[in-house]
Amino acid sequence: MNAKFLSYLVKRLFMALLTVFLVVAITFFVMHAIPASPFSSEKAKSDAVIAALEAKYGFDKPVPVQFLNYLKSILHGDFGLSTGWVGNTVIELIIGGFKYSARIGFTAGILALVLGVILGSIAALQRGRLLDKVIQVATTALVSMPSFVMATILLLVFSLQLGWLPSMGNQKGGLILPIISLSLYPMAYTTRLQRSSMLDVLGQDYIRTARAKGVKNSKVIFKHALRNTLTPVITYAGPMMAYILTGSMVVENIFSVPGLGRLFTNSMLRTDYMMIMGVTIFLATMIILMNFLGDILYKVVDPRIDLS
Amino acid sequence: MPDTKKTFKNPISLQIDPALFEKAGDEEKAQQVTMRESVSFTKDAMRRLRKNHIAMVSLYVIIAIALIAFIVPNYYPYNYTKQDVTAQNLAPFQYSAKEQARIAQGAEVFPHIMGTDALGRDYAIRVIYGTRISLLVGIFSALIVIVIGIVYGSVSGYFGGKVDLVMMRIVDIIYSLPDVLIVILLSVAIKDWVATSGSDLVARLGAGMVSIFIVFGLLYWVSMARQVRGQILSIKEQEYVLASKAIGASPARIIRKHMIPNCVSVIIIIAAMQIPSAIFTESFLSFLGLGVSVPMPSLGSLASDARTGLRSYPYQLLFPALAIFLIVLAFNLLGNGLRDAFDPKLRS
Repeated sequence: MNAKFLSYLVKRLFMALLTVFLVVAITFFVMHAIPASPFSSEKAKSDAVIAALEAKYGFDKPVPVQFLNYLKSILHGDFGLSTGWVGNTVIELIIGGFKYSARIGFTAGILALVLGVILGSIAALQRGRLLDKVIQVATTALVSMPSFVMATILLLVFSLQLGWLPSMGNQKGGLILPIISLSLYPMAYTTRLQRSSMLDVLGQDYIRTARAKGVKNSKVIFKHALRNTLTPVITYAGPMMAYILTGSMVVENIFSVPGLGRLFTNSMLRTDYMMIMGVTIFLATMIILMNFLGDILYKVVDPRIDLS
Repeated sequence: MPDTKKTFKNPISLQIDPALFEKAGDEEKAQQVTMRESVSFTKDAMRRLRKNHIAMVSLYVIIAIALIAFIVPNYYPYNYTKQDVTAQNLAPFQYSAKEQARIAQGAEVFPHIMGTDALGRDYAIRVIYGTRISLLVGIFSALIVIVIGIVYGSVSGYFGGKVDLVMMRIVDIIYSLPDVLIVILLSVAIKDWVATSGSDLVARLGAGMVSIFIVFGLLYWVSMARQVRGQILSIKEQEYVLASKAIGASPARIIRKHMIPNCVSVIIIIAAMQIPSAIFTESFLSFLGLGVSVPMPSLGSLASDARTGLRSYPYQLLFPALAIFLIVLAFNLLGNGLRDAFDPKLRS
């Protein structure tokens, strides 16, 4: 690890932290620009009750003070009390939901990357042949389908019509369909990325040299080519995470998985501001973290990349 | 050659012997005439695009969809709000009992091409209106991105130095903000704001639409700005720019004649890529109930509503799903075609 890399690391980390701070600030001020009080939407309460509730949740103080308090408590891992699920703290609910979302999201992400790299490499090696064309048509179709369309069609076909898989997330094997519906889009995207990257690398001089030396085809592909094709896929890890986390909002709703995405949409319905803020900040931090790790990994894997 | 020096009559060109030259004949002159008119970059790209069958078919599909979405509603016998309790959840081309009675009396009843929804509204016109919303969102978002991206990117690239550094840092930060989350957050806030303060325009457009446009204006132009800036920076250093400066071209002329034409390809490619992503975001928000306000339909909200009767009326899901798939697919394929046509270097 040289000095240049270290300075890049520090700079990138600083950027990531700044972005997290910005997200917190945007979230806080956007939510506080709403004129409605979180308590006014419910059944008529007396002014005294609302005032007492606002005092309890700290909503009676000036906005900048509230912001500083909010920042301070977030740093202690305290996202406040949920107003939609009374008696629960936001962080408890987030962790409870994240258990499901992480399981689905992680599996879907790994599935998408592994299958995408395999399919993309096959397509590149079979360039112009039937298999390549089939893969290209299928991936083009898949990246044109929103996650909710994919999920609902899977639900309709495999659960309602054929009855092969359960439609609810809490049943046995109920997470299979959500995982598939989340992974199809990133898988198709990775396949396209891997295909063009593989084609690019296979045209390089060192591959021709290796072939000319008489290296076995399998060794050329796995040892010389494949490693060098993976860098674009690594940079996709961050955006993929963003897709999976936001996609899980609709997928978890469709398959009734009690994950973070469903929690988020439910907290919108219940106008639970603390919850909306908490989940937004949590999800954003996850995405920023993945982007950060992806960028760093990218430079570690391929030292040729200019750090400036 | 012994006495060449004597044969030279022209003192300026000591090396050339005029006797070795002869006048060009008409045939030779004809070879110098330009055989075909000069082809501009855009014309050349359009020719390449026209040769790309997939892209052209996509273009025709988009035009056809746009014509249907913007013309058909004016002449359609049903509208998207009219409910009919006697005609709930009809299958495509099925008539309600009341309509059958009218047909029996000899009246002509326009068929429900896609059936009706749970409130007895004609489904085809709702899908058509949803398509219209999707197209509008796509096109307006692309326009916002084009305008802001070009202005920001060219200012940053043209001035360079410290201005560029600061402007690009801002872009870097915006680039790393999770856009979809911010769209959702804004939609929630705007929706509540509409509910309490009751702004008519915002209410008519819908919270999702307004927040999509805001977020596109705030966040999505960054990739356009980056590309335009990069392009401007590299063009600035080109020798032909130096040459035109040397012969006294004004900065305005350089920007008009050299910079903008060289940015066109980047602008077209990125704008074309932006459209499907905007359509995706709008349908996603509408699916979550944050998009257009009822009774205005959107392809996302239609798909979401179809979930309740999914087992009995699967076609209520399939029609909007197919519409959005077709639109996004056509824009994606056209985008690929435009990329290949306008930037042959990027061709994979």
